[in-house]
Amino acid sequence: MAKIVVVTSGKGGVGKTTTSAAFASGLAIRGFRTAVIDFDVGLRNLDLVMGCERRVVYDFINVIQGEAKLQQALIRDRMLEKLFILPTSQTRDKEALTAEGVARVMDELHGEFDYVVCDSPAGIETGALRALYHADEAIVVTNPEVSSVRDSDRILGILAAKSRRAEEGKEPVREHLLLTRYAPRRVQGGEMLSLEDVKELLRIPLLGVIPESETILQASNQGIPAIHMKGSEVAAAYEDVVARFLGEEKPLRFTQPEKPSFLKRLFGG
Amino acid sequence: MSFLDYFLGSRRKSASVAKDRLKLILAHERSDGTPDFLPALQEELLAVIGKYIPVEKDQISVNMERRGDFEVLELNVLFPDQH
Repeated sequence: MAKIVVVTSGKGGVGKTTTSAAFASGLAIRGFRTAVIDFDVGLRNLDLVMGCERRVVYDFINVIQGEAKLQQALIRDRMLEKLFILPTSQTRDKEALTAEGVARVMDELHGEFDYVVCDSPAGIETGALRALYHADEAIVVTNPEVSSVRDSDRILGILAAKSRRAEEGKEPVREHLLLTRYAPRRVQGGEMLSLEDVKELLRIPLLGVIPESETILQASNQGIPAIHMKGSEVAAAYEDVVARFLGEEKPLRFTQPEKPSFLKRLFGG
Repeated sequence: MSFLDYFLGSRRKSASVAKDRLKLILAHERSDGTPDFLPALQEELLAVIGKYIPVEKDQISVNMERRGDFEVLELNVLFPDQH
């Protein structure tokens, strides 16, 4: 039986798709059969970030509307045998993402996979609501910045009210905070919210911190999920995220600035 | 903060301003804020009370506030002078 994990945030551009690609890859590296689904109907991007854009034939909406079988639409990852991508449609409007259709696809994935990762679109409309509805766990991707924190708080409210678990009165969706684009030096200088600040504001357990890094752009340029960028801080941070998600103890890394020089300490950096 | 900042006296850091602003707005938004039916309720109450007593719009106020575990709907009607 699959566990369903939504990667969500409310705000756009905070790193949901980057995280979905890296996190799903990380689960597959650990040997779990994993499917990652793009819920951003009309603005397909997960395929690009995962480097499978030229292999898309059928999509999520084709499956919902009965034009293709799920097996035909699932794309096997280039690098990981146990990872599959379900791309979304670029052409249809988001109303095509019907509640019944999504439920049917989820049901079918349930038997085939260990984890289903749902990459949510930004906003709080149909696509985002469908993406979080079936979730057992939620990774709330947040930047240390006022509008992102506020939108994450909104999404937490929606998870608590509109998820299937909430509607059926089951145990609530397990929420995890993932802080991305974190710049320790700016935090130290008092110009960026610290991870303690964001934890205190959002009041959910911290799953990990991904440092701000040029590596992310290099990875997406090439269509390689960031967790494969060997030797980079970002890859190591995502590996830790996956480990913690699976219940392992991992101390936080990359959350302190490198020691500045004496002159910098004297004159400010 | 650098050594020189210490002597020059630096302004309040923007991250702590951000945190304080967020604390306030999140607390407000989590309490559901003001229900959006309040203005309509105020209009209708004004119409009903107005049938019996001549009152002006600014003499009626309707407020909703949270006190501990429950919410209180408060209705204030200021009666006009009788003489």
